[in-house]
Amino acid sequence: MAIEKKVMNCIMCPMGCELTATIEDGTVTSVVGNTCPRGAKYAKDELTHPMRMLTSTVRIDGGALHLLPVVSKTTLPKGMILDCAEELRGVVAKAPVHVGDVIVPNILGLGVDIVASRDMAAV
Amino acid sequence: MTEKKIYDIVIIGGGPGGLSAAKSAAENGAKSILVLERDREVGGILQQCVHNGFGLHHFKEELTGPGYAQKCYDLVKDRLEVEIMTDTMVLHIRESEGTKVVTAVNPKNGLMNVEGKTVILTMGCRERTRGAIRIPGYRPAGVYTAGAAQRMVNMEGYLPGHKIVILGSGDIGLIMARRMSLEGCKVEAVLEICPFSNGLTRNIVQCLNDYDIPLYLSHTITGIKGKDRVEGVTVSKVDDKMRPIAGTEFDIDCDTILLSVGLIPENELSRELGVAIHPRTNGPVVDQHRETSMDGVFAAGNVVHVHDLVDFVSDEAEIAGKFAAIKANGEAQPAKKDIAVNPGDGVNTCVPQHIRLADGADESVRLFMRARSPERKVTLHITDANGDVMKKPLPIVKPSEMIAVDIPAAKVKALAGDVTVSIEGGK
Ligand SMILES: Cc1cc2nc3c(=O)[nH]c(=O)nc-3n(C[C@H](O)[C@H](O)[C@H](O)COP(=O)(O)OP(=O)(O)OC[C@H]3O[C@@H](n4cnc5c(N)ncnc54)[C@H](O)[C@@H]3O)c2cc1C
Ligand code: SF4
Repeated sequence: MAIEKKVMNCIMCPMGCELTATIEDGTVTSVVGNTCPRGAKYAKDELTHPMRMLTSTVRIDGGALHLLPVVSKTTLPKGMILDCAEELRGVVAKAPVHVGDVIVPNILGLGVDIVASRDMAAV
Repeated sequence: MTEKKIYDIVIIGGGPGGLSAAKSAAENGAKSILVLERDREVGGILQQCVHNGFGLHHFKEELTGPGYAQKCYDLVKDRLEVEIMTDTMVLHIRESEGTKVVTAVNPKNGLMNVEGKTVILTMGCRERTRGAIRIPGYRPAGVYTAGAAQRMVNMEGYLPGHKIVILGSGDIGLIMARRMSLEGCKVEAVLEICPFSNGLTRNIVQCLNDYDIPLYLSHTITGIKGKDRVEGVTVSKVDDKMRPIAGTEFDIDCDTILLSVGLIPENELSRELGVAIHPRTNGPVVDQHRETSMDGVFAAGNVVHVHDLVDFVSDEAEIAGKFAAIKANGEAQPAKKDIAVNPGDGVNTCVPQHIRLADGADESVRLFMRARSPERKVTLHITDANGDVMKKPLPIVKPSEMIAVDIPAAKVKALAGDVTVSIEGGK
């Protein structure tokens, strides 16, 4: 049986805990070093299917500012982040917008919505 | 003639620090709180930090910068005690017969004076610039601070360039490396003069490694090419005294250089007012209530010391807001004991710089420290005139990540003489 240990830093929050994952025959059997449960999930995901949040901006019409900051509702596959960012470059939202409003539903069919990260009043 | 209004508290700066201080002051009995903000809206630097990673500790949920700012604002916007003036630049603060006179200017009122029983300084910090780091060569277009570029890309909607080199591995530079990559630019390299990164580990992983951006430690820019516009940089390795090593030069083509060489607290107003400034933090010297060397003048957030976690800014500002409210209401107990808190071995800065205790005080005190160098498996050791106060093992310390430690109330009560905080062991 192949037992392997991998050391990595959790990136789920700025604490950046150092995690040690034990992998037995391709499955993660234990994670130590995490301060909270999100760390264990991160290590498992990172070793099997890495995921990332996406934050960016989109243009907005009729708003107090020209740009609206947006965030993915949950994480997206790491390999798709650049494609999603490119998709967002063509999007134009319309003011007014409330924090949490869906700006792009189901981006690139990945099952994740892109939402506004702040209010933006219309002017 | 109407009687002149004197606010309980005037807060200078409406970033997360100012807003959190206002909320806490209102909750702790202050009746009239005025927040003055020079920008068109409150929220401070967070409005341009569109990335996530804020709020897990303070709000127990993960937020983007604008999302965090929104939450801080939502908590005060309907409170009758809190008045907010945006587009209002504070020019001067002075002490006059026990009240603080704040001179500010805005398009509606022109030049005006407002008075407060107390003031809270929450002006944040600003970026160090190229002048502070002396790169030889012409002064072509295409050199920006990372924060200025962040505002351009995230709030104004244009790109500073397309082929980017970043000098300095502070968090703003790392965050911008990812941001520019997401906008379709090519980030050629991040150069760091120190042998370690000054950014959070998570930012190295998700902002550089994810995008295959090389990080050169112990390297710096020794020349900038191009006369009207940046065309490239010459990079050299540096020795352990940070002097460029001859023969190690190589060139990188780029049209833009972003400087991420650190932040300094914004304290012109504090200095003019006469507040004592600490030479290492570049911020006001404060006690555990965030009261400065001047009676009734409080300070919190990046103006006191540069924070990497906005959550700690809010925590600190809530302390300042609470004790400013107590002071404004005339309920503050006079301090009977003044204990200095000094950084010892391995510790670069420690805030608060002193603990002032009234008779019968029963309070725990949180210390915020920065380590001198990255170390593993160390012990944080707090001592006073009698010896050990407490020891705390820490698996890892880094200068880029602030350390927070609580001294429990019983131990605070028993403190004798000055306190020294050191980091021992390592590697
Ligand atoms: C690029 C960047 C990335 C960051 N990333 C993270 C992160 O991922 N996670 C995290 O937790 N933290 C992060 N931080 C840290 C966090 O954003 C700051 O610590 C926090 O915003 C500081 O709050 P503050 O209120 O002290 O200062 P600021 O937010 O700077 O607010 C100060 C306010 O005072 C106003 N002001 C200043 N002078 C005057 C004057 N004379 N008159 C009127 N108003 C004035 C300014 O306009 C500003 O609005 C980041 C910071 C930066 C710069
Ligand atoms: S394990 Fe939890 S506390 Fe540690 S970095 Fe990950 S999310 Fe943050």
